[in-house]
Amino acid sequence: MRRGRSVGFVVTVALVLGLWGAADLTGSASAGRIPVGMPLEFETDEQEEQYRRLVRELRCTVCQNQALDESNAGLAADLRGQIYEMTLDGAEREEIVDFMVARYGDFVLYRPPFRTDTLMLWIGPFLLLLAGILVWLQVIRQRQQMAQSRELSPEERAALERMERDE
Amino acid sequence: MLRYGLPLVVMVAVLGLLFVGLGVDTRTLPSPLVGRDAPSFQMEELRDPDRVLTEEDLKGGVSLFNVFASWCYSCRAEHPYLVELAKQGVTIYGLNYKDTRRDAEDYLRSGDPYEWIGFDPEGRVGIEWGVYGTPETFIVDADGVIRYKHVGPLNPRLIEEKIMPLVAELEAE
Repeated sequence: MRRGRSVGFVVTVALVLGLWGAADLTGSASAGRIPVGMPLEFETDEQEEQYRRLVRELRCTVCQNQALDESNAGLAADLRGQIYEMTLDGAEREEIVDFMVARYGDFVLYRPPFRTDTLMLWIGPFLLLLAGILVWLQVIRQRQQMAQSRELSPEERAALERMERDE
Repeated sequence: MLRYGLPLVVMVAVLGLLFVGLGVDTRTLPSPLVGRDAPSFQMEELRDPDRVLTEEDLKGGVSLFNVFASWCYSCRAEHPYLVELAKQGVTIYGLNYKDTRRDAEDYLRSGDPYEWIGFDPEGRVGIEWGVYGTPETFIVDADGVIRYKHVGPLNPRLIEEKIMPLVAELEAE
């Protein structure tokens, strides 16, 4: 009787552990996920350098104002895993960037490509700066003209005389 | 005229830009996949683990490819519309994204609009499809080319104004 009970106990424990293991496998834990701050091992310094640069330069598409390296979103963890795996497999930087752009579009790039449809993005600030400089030069020129004309106009003269009379 | 007119024009232009910016939906990104072949994949069927699905299973007719998960609330919101679409004869394939088989099967008790469902517990097929927010719905033509993508739950207006006309148009091709 006693023996039967302990066998039952062992079987129950084994079952529970087995179920727990199975649930873990099908659950969120998967090989491709890299949580923020998880220590990683690389074969070479170049690989590590490439990985660190890419996760800073690529944007998380769920939490749009974060780079991949700082985002806690599930997708960011998956994409870090993807970059890590590709890096270890010997993929070049461009290959990984192309992989991401092909799936998520230019939006994943914090450094957008220089093309006709992104032209304003790149040269817009310089155009604004140029416009500002032109306005500034114009203002300076007007002030210089004002300072140079010493002759009072008839209206100015009349106004001056009025002021003097009032005193 | 220039003295007051120019600043006014500039101000109106800037305000106009800002106003347009208010209406732009920055969360919806244009998908580079539209107009291209569906990405290749290989995954188990959700309810029939022995069956392996590939991109070939998308070909042969116009279909919706719907990414969903049991943990996704807006998927529940659009679910009845998918069931309704399936009843009207639209072919719908599913991608069960980062889910467990048991949860997904529970989720489908309220109705199952899917011809087949790919099981993608790690989200790897999701990455191939550029999935970043569930639910997502793609329209795939008979040759397996992606023709449209919608991020977020489907609603009756979108179905009536966009999905159904496009499906009909592609079927006529």
